[in-house]
Amino acid sequence: MSKRPQDETTNPRKQPRLAMSTPKSTIALGLEGSANKLGIGLIRHTPGQPAEVLSNIRHTFVSPPGEGFLPKDVALHHRSWIVPLIKRALSESGTKVADIDCICYTKGPGMGAPLQSVAVAARALSLLWKKPLVGVNHCVGHIEMGREITGADNPVVLYVSGGNTQVIAYAAQRYRIFGEALDIAVGNCLDRFARTLQISNDPAPGYNIEQMAKLGKNLLDLPYTVKGMDCSFSGILASVDQLANQLLTGKPKPLMNVEGTEVVTREDLCFTLQETVFSMLVEITERAMAHVGSSQVLIVGGVGCNERLQEMMGLMARDRGGSVYATDERFCIDNGIMIAHAGLLAHKQGFETTLEESTCTQRFRTDEVLVNWRD
Amino acid sequence: MAATEAPRELIKQGAEALVYKTTYLLPTIPALLKHRPRKPYRHPTLDLRLTKHRCLSETRLLTRCRGLGIPVPAVYFVDEARGEIYMEWISGRSIREVLDAMIAEGRKEEVNDLMKKMGQVVAKLHQNDIVHGDLTTSNVMVRGERKSGLLAGATMEKVDAEVVLIDLGLGMMSTQEEDKAVDLYVLERAFLSTHPQAEDLFQDVLTAYEGSFKGAKAVMKRLADVRMRGRKRSMLG
Ligand SMILES: Nc1ncnc2c1ncn2[C@@H]1O[C@H](COP(=O)(O)OP(=O)(O)O)[C@@H](O)[C@H]1O
Ligand SMILES: [Mg+2]
Repeated sequence: MSKRPQDETTNPRKQPRLAMSTPKSTIALGLEGSANKLGIGLIRHTPGQPAEVLSNIRHTFVSPPGEGFLPKDVALHHRSWIVPLIKRALSESGTKVADIDCICYTKGPGMGAPLQSVAVAARALSLLWKKPLVGVNHCVGHIEMGREITGADNPVVLYVSGGNTQVIAYAAQRYRIFGEALDIAVGNCLDRFARTLQISNDPAPGYNIEQMAKLGKNLLDLPYTVKGMDCSFSGILASVDQLANQLLTGKPKPLMNVEGTEVVTREDLCFTLQETVFSMLVEITERAMAHVGSSQVLIVGGVGCNERLQEMMGLMARDRGGSVYATDERFCIDNGIMIAHAGLLAHKQGFETTLEESTCTQRFRTDEVLVNWRD
Repeated sequence: MAATEAPRELIKQGAEALVYKTTYLLPTIPALLKHRPRKPYRHPTLDLRLTKHRCLSETRLLTRCRGLGIPVPAVYFVDEARGEIYMEWISGRSIREVLDAMIAEGRKEEVNDLMKKMGQVVAKLHQNDIVHGDLTTSNVMVRGERKSGLLAGATMEKVDAEVVLIDLGLGMMSTQEEDKAVDLYVLERAFLSTHPQAEDLFQDVLTAYEGSFKGAKAVMKRLADVRMRGRKRSMLG
């Protein structure tokens, strides 16, 4: 994968928009800002056709190496970028306000202040343009967009990001959580390790770990903590941080590989961490697949664009006679288009969020959403 | 080893193992062979470490359970280098399939009975400081369940269903309430995710569990914390 630009744009599909050919098509604007990315998306649904991405743009708040991001700084970032980004999405896709059917925003889960800043914008637009609001669950957004893009019909879903680690399967109109991280999310584990090693946050800490891991070759011993379909990462983070400190200081003695023949590098540590935590993720996904009897797996969320994870998952799925579905960073990393897409699916079923209800919530579990657009 | 030469028939690809129906020592003794194959996605060093560890730890725990009178398959033979365990063949189905059938057929009394037994067996495990580690409804089998179909309930005497625990590869010895509570939490979610129409079932398991040993109350208390953490977890997108 090439380096991710900080502010990326997907090419809106240039298609003639004949009024006649799209009598029943609907368009949604999606606003996402639950973490450090602000995403704006415009999507069109036409019955019997794949969804059309009209615009999908994003701007990321990047903190200096060694630092995480604070909610108030992220909220400020979102507030200052949201108006120009929405304007750009409209103009570059040639969408007229009159054509928009609803305004979808991320209701949660996520960081409070950034969520709020985007919800305020969504409410303002709803009043200004007189369009209905649709509050969307961020995780459901990831899942629905992943299904739409990959064509995976009823997969087991691994949702892995900075804030979430969940193994999900659909049953009886809910996305049910089969397994999850019992403490910190896998993305959080990677990000915090990046901080310990002072790895750059640009374009994303996980991306830089992935590049470094490609150069690592020594596998060190880390805890491996799988409990059925659940797993835990805090013990691993503590161990790898300790190794990192030994590597950085050379104290009490230089860090050597297991055989004691070579000095360990930062790349080796990235490699070790990835191999260990991704093995755990693949394993809990496999457990869920065996449990529900499925051979399709879909990976979504920011960590899901890691190509090593995709490769490992593919090898596992192959042995079960199935395959892995994954998307690239346009759809894996938080974006507005997934919010527009999932929001529009719900809206077409008559769902609407009134102004009074248009709050956000830091906690919003995937299985709380009634998925009445699926059988 | 004679056992390895007996014909084998692949019956299932489990969560991590391939399981075969075969025989052990005599062609008349049915056995289950559980083989943990190499996982090509895993680094070979990590793979070897995990396979060996799980094979040995599963064998050890099965043997211990056996000694304590906890219903598990008897271990016949283990070859951890090849990742193979030969064990007693349990004729029955997973509790998951059995429940599906019972619920579909409205066999309410039998469901209640099964839930109670389930709670008691898990209690016995925990009372002896054994934690299962992967306590899902796929890893509990039911032996001797009444047959459904044509003859169901008619002439056949009602056989007493027995709950048998399998798949202890992720298990461990632990006195920690936390570990036991996580076992219950895993089981609870397995129930809720595959039998959403019967959410009160699990309550019967817990009731039986709570009444079965002294330390159960403390584990239940801990379970409430584990659930709460679960709900709080979705903090960030
Ligand atoms: N002793 C046994 N007798 C009969 N069937 C068994 C036995 N052990 C396991 N099985 C069957 O094989 C499946 C997989 O075995 P299990 O030990 O759970 O392996 P995995 O770790 O791969 O899930 C079980 O779900 C069950 O259907
Ligand atoms: Mg199993």
